[in-house]
Amino acid sequence: MPFEALVAGCLAYVALMFAVAFAADRAAARGHVRWLDHPLVYTLSLSVYCSAWTFYGAVGYATRSGLEFATIYLGPTIVCAGAWWGLRRLVRVARMHHVTSIADLISARFGKSNPLAALITLIALIAATPYIALQLQSVRLSFEVFATDSPQGNPLQGIGLWVAAGLALFTILFGTRNLAADERHHGVVTAIALEAVVKLLAFLALGVFVVWGLADGPVDMMRRISAASRDAEFSEGWLLKPDRWTALIVVSAAALVTLPRMFQVMVVEAADEERLHVAGWAFPAYLFAMSLFVLPIAVMGRHLLPADANPDLFVLTLPIAADRDFLAFLVFLGGFSAATSMVVVSAIALSTMISNHWIVPGWLALRRRAAGNDRPDEDTRDVRGFVLNARRIAIVAVVGAGWVYHEASGGAAALAAMGLVAFTGMAQVLPAMLGGLLWRGANRRGAYAGVGTGFALWMIMIFLPSVGVGVMPGLPADIDPLAFSIFVSLAVNTLAFVGCSLFGFPDPVERLQGLSFVSSVEPIRHSRMRQSDDRAEPLLAMSRRVWGADAALRFFQAEAVAQGKSGYLPDLTPRFLTRLERKLSGTIGAATAHAMIDRVAGGAALTVSDLLQVADEAQRAKEETQRLESATTELARTATQLREVNEKLTALSVQKDAFLGQISHELRTPMTSVRAFSEILMTPDLSEAERRKFAEIIHDEAARLTRLLDDLLDLSVLESGRARMSYGVVNLHDLIVRALSSASATCPERQFTIDRDIPTEHLAVITDGDRLLQVLINVISNARKYCDADRPVLSIHVRRSAGAGAHIDIIDNGSGIDGARQSLIFEKFSRLNDPARAGGAGLGLAICREIMLALGGDISYLPGQGGAAFRIRLPVKPPLNSGASSGE
Amino acid sequence: MNPKGRAAQMTLDILMIEDEPNIAEALRFILTRDGWRVDLHHDGMGGIEQIRRCRPRLVILDLMLPNRSGAEILAELRAESDLALARTPVLLLTARGQGAEGGQQADIVLAKPFANDELRATVRDLLD
Repeated sequence: MPFEALVAGCLAYVALMFAVAFAADRAAARGHVRWLDHPLVYTLSLSVYCSAWTFYGAVGYATRSGLEFATIYLGPTIVCAGAWWGLRRLVRVARMHHVTSIADLISARFGKSNPLAALITLIALIAATPYIALQLQSVRLSFEVFATDSPQGNPLQGIGLWVAAGLALFTILFGTRNLAADERHHGVVTAIALEAVVKLLAFLALGVFVVWGLADGPVDMMRRISAASRDAEFSEGWLLKPDRWTALIVVSAAALVTLPRMFQVMVVEAADEERLHVAGWAFPAYLFAMSLFVLPIAVMGRHLLPADANPDLFVLTLPIAADRDFLAFLVFLGGFSAATSMVVVSAIALSTMISNHWIVPGWLALRRRAAGNDRPDEDTRDVRGFVLNARRIAIVAVVGAGWVYHEASGGAAALAAMGLVAFTGMAQVLPAMLGGLLWRGANRRGAYAGVGTGFALWMIMIFLPSVGVGVMPGLPADIDPLAFSIFVSLAVNTLAFVGCSLFGFPDPVERLQGLSFVSSVEPIRHSRMRQSDDRAEPLLAMSRRVWGADAALRFFQAEAVAQGKSGYLPDLTPRFLTRLERKLSGTIGAATAHAMIDRVAGGAALTVSDLLQVADEAQRAKEETQRLESATTELARTATQLREVNEKLTALSVQKDAFLGQISHELRTPMTSVRAFSEILMTPDLSEAERRKFAEIIHDEAARLTRLLDDLLDLSVLESGRARMSYGVVNLHDLIVRALSSASATCPERQFTIDRDIPTEHLAVITDGDRLLQVLINVISNARKYCDADRPVLSIHVRRSAGAGAHIDIIDNGSGIDGARQSLIFEKFSRLNDPARAGGAGLGLAICREIMLALGGDISYLPGQGGAAFRIRLPVKPPLNSGASSGE
Repeated sequence: MNPKGRAAQMTLDILMIEDEPNIAEALRFILTRDGWRVDLHHDGMGGIEQIRRCRPRLVILDLMLPNRSGAEILAELRAESDLALARTPVLLLTARGQGAEGGQQADIVLAKPFANDELRATVRDLLD
């Protein structure tokens, strides 16, 4: 096959890849992601695992070491088929946290520690550079195979640079189009999926050709393989070494999740964990297909090709030797695909890590220092552009480093060895990653210790020897250096990780992140922790919603003071958190608080906004309960009030009926007399004495009716509060004299001894003199009417009260009013004795009480005074509400 | 019907229980002029005893009495074990307008004020 044709075909293939990537990006931008998101595309994109190392190197590996090459396929197969649930969990957690790389995952888990991420980025870069160089080398070697046909001198001058530049360009074009939060690259993934198909088809086509074209079918092939295994040339390398097998399976299994490019396609580019349902069986199937013909090709290559032929290139040299140009070209494209996809995805993954964990944090720190700006979040737009550029630079740097390494190393090393170096390097991240996902006790200190020691051991035992710098200290000949190094580095790594995790307490962010990772619950967002106080603030906000601003602030302040801190934000010590939780439970109920704590301790979603929401809900519920309770209380109160009002109304209604009945009685009674006597007067033959007597009765009854009507009107005015009092200065002595004189008209035939202390009566009060006089006359008249003593005595005494008011006691020496009736005498129509003596309707004392209340005093019965005893109390000053009418 | 003849029997025709002295005076004057032997009691208290003692042919009972209402006295009278006594006709006087309680057990209820002739006719009906 002419070299020009190869180059042209290769360029056409590259153009196709660009077109596919472009189309996929366009489709994704328009939202047509259905086929892009198909699990099969995802599964095929995982085949980025099969780099040029597996494509070319597997046959070389098999040629040198027999079935050992299979360990590279077994590790991922075991993980995918046997632990797909673990992968699903990894993907779920990573997507939950919007993780952008393996370094980001680990740093997020361990309290968002950027130095940790930076360290992992360093390991990844160191491990990946020779690996990328290896891809470039494989492309160069594959070109060289064809170039031997070329008539021109040295067409390969700078081929590595061209390939590197092209890959960098592709990666920049499709890998840094945007800064999407989930860091997905549809174009790249689709192109890789297509390349995966090409890889597989090429390898299968070659395998079929080898088994059925070169050998004589499967049976012949089996025979040949079996013969080869007995061949002395093979036999030593083909011996099965359990230590190496175990180590390599572990390392390759780790590689599936720790290699930056694998993490990129499996975790970062995954729309969700559901794809792993398909990938769980489809990817092992793919690997199986890729490995199916490795041994036949190796054996046939050995058999047919010259002894000095590079086994790593058997896949190409076999079809070329057989003059199968198209097959060779197909295989070349397969290898090219394997190499380029690996470089592109690695470059994307590494550039993300480098820009996110090296360049941007450094740049921000510099800016902060330069500008004295302590709020870097304010210029996000600025950062965005910078991040994209940082990534582009990082891509060039990553691919460039691979190229430089490739140029510098001269490409002598076997492909497989360089792949293993990368695998073992990234495997050092595995303990921290698994521990972080499975063990809540894992903490940052442990992660540093584990990754750090693992990295150091890997550098000393594996990486440096692989590049010829330093040599492993001599090991006994029967110990495999690679297996030993892998075991030792991973064991020490794990021990350091576990040990240091045990001797340390995770800070709150780590605790919460740890919970989130281990329980695969929603992460706390915005919990980037610059100072420990950063999370005290949202906690305070949450508590405020629960307790109200003042109470929350008081609690936080008290806690801060207890910690010996100034300000109002305490450190988030476990003690404080426990107290806070406990106090919260006291306020929002144990169940809610427990649910919140449960979320912290092993439950479900756990974002600050979630916690706030929970707190809000609890507060709302509490308020609602309080509202309901108060509403219930209010209702009960209203009901009671209504019942009271109802009772009052009923009582009033009864009273009204009784009152009307009374009035009717009081009116009809004199009327009856008037009518009866007037009719009698109309009859003839009455004596003059009778006539006079009956006329007098009529007159008296008419007067009684008038009195009754006067009293009723008076009472109704007084009771309605509309009575106008005319206040003025009054001498009580004058009033008493007038009252005695007026009252003497009642029962004038009775002689009363009046007992008075006249000097004390000279007391000036501000009151309505006429109204007070009315009261005095009424009480004195009652005494005149009802006092049943043989020699009646009426004592009238005026006293100043303690409160500077005054009272007038009017006491007779009769039998008084018995206890049961004392409470009735001030009621309307409560005439106690027979009407003959009363001469009134029983409204007198009721009127007196109304008058005294209107004057701001009162009238009461004094029990135990011998006879009927009334006390009339006067205030110092008239009541304010009556003051308006004073002086009129 | 000859009042004079009745008077000879020396039995009491009417026992009036009325607390209002003027009304009692008027009624006695009217009824006595018609020839009835009338006795008077002024208080609710002792009313029923007075009836038992006098065994009048008619009781004129005021509803509103001090100490003991006319309705109570009426109920007591109707509950007497001496059936002749218990069936004594009762004219109930009320100043409370129509429908006074206790009226059901009275033979007739007269609302105050009333015409003298109305009273006289009623008494005559009840006693003949």
